[in-house]
Amino acid sequence: MAAERKTRLSKNLLRMKFMQRGLDSETKKQLEEEEKKIISEEHWYLDLPELKEKESFIIEEQSFLLCEDLLYGRMSFRGFNPEVEHWCIFQKLMLQMNAKHKAEEVEDETVELDVSDEEMARRYETLVGTIGKKFARKRDHANYEEDENGDITPIKAKKMFLKPQD
Amino acid sequence: MAEPASVAAESLAGSRARAARTVLGQVVLPGEELLLPEQEDAEGPGGAVERPLSLNARACSRVRVVCGPGLRRCGDRLLVTKCGRLRHKEPGSGSGGGVYWVDSQQKRYVPVKGDHVIGIVTAKSGDIFKVDVGGSEPASLSYLSFEGATKRNRPNVQVGDLIYGQFVVANKDMEPEMVCIDSCGRANGMGVIGQDGLLFKVTLGLIRKLLAPDCEIIQEVGKLYPLEIVFGMNGRIWVKAKTIQQTLILANILEACEHMTSDQRKQIFSRLAES
Repeated sequence: MAAERKTRLSKNLLRMKFMQRGLDSETKKQLEEEEKKIISEEHWYLDLPELKEKESFIIEEQSFLLCEDLLYGRMSFRGFNPEVEHWCIFQKLMLQMNAKHKAEEVEDETVELDVSDEEMARRYETLVGTIGKKFARKRDHANYEEDENGDITPIKAKKMFLKPQD
Repeated sequence: MAEPASVAAESLAGSRARAARTVLGQVVLPGEELLLPEQEDAEGPGGAVERPLSLNARACSRVRVVCGPGLRRCGDRLLVTKCGRLRHKEPGSGSGGGVYWVDSQQKRYVPVKGDHVIGIVTAKSGDIFKVDVGGSEPASLSYLSFEGATKRNRPNVQVGDLIYGQFVVANKDMEPEMVCIDSCGRANGMGVIGQDGLLFKVTLGLIRKLLAPDCEIIQEVGKLYPLEIVFGMNGRIWVKAKTIQQTLILANILEACEHMTSDQRKQIFSRLAES
């Protein structure tokens, strides 16, 4: 009775590796293809028509620098600020223009390159603070503490040990 | 009878797009659509059978066009968003197409990347300065973005100082950030603007007019007396001269020259030169 009916093994069992060792290469390929078919059918896909990507050839820019050739925004005339005239991108143009003027009016005006006394005093004030900070020791840094606004607060009295009175 | 009615309806609706080439130098209003040169032929009246083929052949070799301030991309066309005159600049070299933009006038500044502006330091929090540039938000400026600044060597910037810097980040989604050095690490004229002087506000269009390469006003002003000017693209100008009176004269001239004709200007300059 048992010999008449051949026990049928399930598909999953037949797909297992140890069952396939005895198979031919052709049947193996067929089984592989069937597997792939099942897997690909399970994958999801969008059923949309193909949209062509529009290559946009218009570029949007919000800056005026591309549109108009603007000069550099910092200028100095007649030697008022020689550093700026040095930095200026069109320094040659400026110096040429100023040179023309200097040649014409050398007699009338001498270009003053001296710094005024007030500026000198102001610079020394800030200089002492910044250089002093560099050489101050760690404990002295408390004297140079800056406020929220960046102002250097006046030096507070150092906290010393106070002997209790009884 | 049907034709005039339809034409009238079209002109009322304003739906017909004009070619950008024909409108150069004229006033355009927001909402108008402009056609670029390549599209004019394709959309011209009465298309022959050959037209569709030539359009496809051209589609691959379209030239890149830059739409500047006041214009927006709308499909294949340009949409005008500000009222003003339409301008065009031919490409100097390399990629073609050129730049189209609208020359408009406004007082309110919107931060744009790459612009050099004058800002006022309003707050100092930790490692960042908050700088008011006239936009919707204060810009942030790190203390390391100055020339020669290191963690130990901090720049000497106080609240209330004037800063001349440029934007590195400026869009509608993020807080604007500015720096006072260029990409090589050099200051190039940027940084803290010195003591004294006068800061005043003008319209944005005047700044662009004054900074144009062939501006006579700047040349004439420079001949008067030694002075220093800084122009910020956010509508702020800082001037400094030797005396307060000279500084005030200079500020008045610059504010007034927007509405003066060139003759009136020359009169004023000649009067100043005499005194």
